[in-house]
Amino acid sequence: MAEHYSSFNRGTWRWFLQRVTAVFLIGALAFHFVMLHFVNHAASITFAGTEARMGGILYFTLMMTFLVTAAFHGINGVYNALINMGLKGTQKKVVAAILVVAGIALIVQGTRVAIAMSPMF
Amino acid sequence: MSQSYDRGIVESFGRWREFSAGMWAWIFHKLTGWILVGYLFTHIAVLSTAIEPGTIAAAGDGEFYTSTLQGLEELLIVRFLEVGLLAVAVFHIMNGIRLLFVDLGIGLTSQDKSFYASLVLTGAITVASIPTFLAGVL
Repeated sequence: MAEHYSSFNRGTWRWFLQRVTAVFLIGALAFHFVMLHFVNHAASITFAGTEARMGGILYFTLMMTFLVTAAFHGINGVYNALINMGLKGTQKKVVAAILVVAGIALIVQGTRVAIAMSPMF
Repeated sequence: MSQSYDRGIVESFGRWREFSAGMWAWIFHKLTGWILVGYLFTHIAVLSTAIEPGTIAAAGDGEFYTSTLQGLEELLIVRFLEVGLLAVAVFHIMNGIRLLFVDLGIGLTSQDKSFYASLVLTGAITVASIPTFLAGVL
């Protein structure tokens, strides 16, 4: 039997959510790249085009879900990496608080940008 | 129940010659993860400067947004950075799929081969995408 090693504490909600968001992000990130580099060439992007895409409820919802899941997956990944590198005690608590604030700020600002791009609001 | 073993300090890169495929996969996944999360913050920051809600940039017909994005796309360095970002994202996706299988206990005995496959696929997709990414600036 191959020896199993994971830097995560298996069974915790963060371990589970990291994988659930990973599955979603595989599709969402690939879709985002294809949409904005191949279907629509990045150099040809205009506000009118962005507004048209963000005006669709499905596309808007997808982008908002993408923002939240990517923020969680990325920030939780950074936290795991730091724990893996030996972060513990008070430092761990301080870093966790900073990362939560950074994550919330990212989601709030991302949401403001998404709303500004959408004619629905 | 998962087992763990004393792998020493992984960040001792002086040991790199001893690293196995799985170790390289772990290092590349971590490195690409750091780059992607850094880019996520940068991406929102750049879009914010182009369309800062409630300011002049968001007013009117979005001309400022269009000129900001198209101005960036005129820079050759931005196009090369985008190719790099694609490579980073594709590897993270490919190796991420590999990790999901490993977590499910599928293909554990060929986890080294699936790492090499991730690398080859990343290289192939990146190279195939270069003409699209550099169109108009070269």
